[in-house]
Amino acid sequence: MDFYYGLLQIIGMHTILGLSAYIVLLTGQVTLAQAGFFAIGAYIAGMLTVLAGWHLVPSMLVAAVVSGTVACLVGFPALRIKGLMLVVATMAFGEAVRLFWFNFDYQRSKGEALVGPLGGEGFKQIRYFPENGWTTGEVATFVWIWVALIMAALWWIDRSRAGAVLRAVGEDELAAQSVGINLTAVKVTAFAVGGFIAGIGGAIYAHYTTHIEHSNFGVILATFAIAYPILGGLTNVVGTLLAVIFIQGFLVEGLRFLGDWRNLLFGALIVLAMNVRPRGLIDERAMLFLRRMFGLAKRGTNA
Amino acid sequence: MLELQALSKHFGGVHAVDDLSLTVNRGEIFGLIGPNGSGKSTTVNLICGVFPVTAGTISFEGHDITSAQPHRAVAAGLARTFQNIRLFSHLTVWQNLWVAQGRTDGHESSRFVKRWLAGDSTARRSVSDLIAFAGLSDRGDEYAGNLAFGEQRRLELARALATGPKLLLLDEPAAGMNLEEVRELDERLRQLVERGITILLVEHVMELVMGVTDRIAVLNFGRKIAEGTPAEIQNDEAAQEAYLGSSNKA
Repeated sequence: MDFYYGLLQIIGMHTILGLSAYIVLLTGQVTLAQAGFFAIGAYIAGMLTVLAGWHLVPSMLVAAVVSGTVACLVGFPALRIKGLMLVVATMAFGEAVRLFWFNFDYQRSKGEALVGPLGGEGFKQIRYFPENGWTTGEVATFVWIWVALIMAALWWIDRSRAGAVLRAVGEDELAAQSVGINLTAVKVTAFAVGGFIAGIGGAIYAHYTTHIEHSNFGVILATFAIAYPILGGLTNVVGTLLAVIFIQGFLVEGLRFLGDWRNLLFGALIVLAMNVRPRGLIDERAMLFLRRMFGLAKRGTNA
Repeated sequence: MLELQALSKHFGGVHAVDDLSLTVNRGEIFGLIGPNGSGKSTTVNLICGVFPVTAGTISFEGHDITSAQPHRAVAAGLARTFQNIRLFSHLTVWQNLWVAQGRTDGHESSRFVKRWLAGDSTARRSVSDLIAFAGLSDRGDEYAGNLAFGEQRRLELARALATGPKLLLLDEPAAGMNLEEVRELDERLRQLVERGITILLVEHVMELVMGVTDRIAVLNFGRKIAEGTPAEIQNDEAAQEAYLGSSNKA
């Protein structure tokens, strides 16, 4: 049973990570910075629970606000850069964050042991869950409450005018400006919200694994962050969840019996999926099909 | 209402717009014509703030909007359409108009959050009106990219209207239209003027320009070479030579 709880937790955290990239991708900005925001959330929340002895939830929120603020600051320079150059710039930022934690020491004694982040050795003993007697089932539930909250919030944003504005910016920046949309505000907000969400994900991750180090937050993680929403499709947040289940549940866990060959097949299956469904697993046609199947009225008929 | 003074835009050595001055009065349809590459679209882009001007000033209703960012120009009451239609093709017709309704009038600021997130009932009604105006009543849920060419042109015009403009800048709205569609457009533009909207019309289709405009300026190589009523322009030698002459021969 613990294996499945563990898998659920992983899927939940990666979904949060994917959703943090989802909202930035909606505005047409491809970002490789999400692993950096994830790392900021992880370290800050870890330090707050371990060193300051805070409760987990306020630690998570503070961590999310910090990484959201950093994301906001990254959003401004990112405004002037587009396309491939933005990918490179955000990747550089992500690496800078990773290297910051690689060099960051802040240890305090707690009982007999020294705790806190210790540069390249990482940040060990983030033992909030075991210390407070949480079972894996409870932790899994906790993770999924956050997943549900974030998905619901993004779903709501998506269906509101704000969602249409984000997509409008993603489709055509000049046309968006020409109907009065302030590009700066929209893009920076998307970055900030994405950073906030990634911060929550990172905070959960730190307490789930109990031991984080800089190498957890490299380019691979950043790539996964954008791979989920792109593979799942930017039509709605459910696509991201499905993509995480597909990658983490099926490709990573389900194909474990293939040993090292798994990684080869892994890449091939993603390429195949993208070719079969170029606009993601859940695209507009899939939504149309689902709506017809369940007989739901299409949105906007209130017009 | 709109005043360009000694406006210039140079791209490197190319003088796309050169020392251009003109005034558009409230309530009129002002035509801007000229051969390809004469600087008409550049002029529209300068007015809308797409690129900064090299020299000169643009003022709108007495406010200086020179090189203001595009969304600021919209906030001041300018809206435009594009020469090559630029819709949000993966948004529905309804969403295309909804997105454009960002301008809030002062007294409604308390309902800003509601307007932003949900769009209040007034906003909804005005979207429905605009859809009807564009003749797309049964197509509100269609993706804009799936519309036929003529429908896309009408939607783009409606989207510009959704911003609540005082002045509309139309960049070749009749390009690619057949005669019947041009006549419909002519009718639509007259309706807009009746609603109190001023129009700056950049156009190649002479049937439309000569019929619907009050005054016309002719550009050639970024300079204004003639200005007057349609009748005056048709008899103006410089204009004939630069533009009408060649197009009549063709």
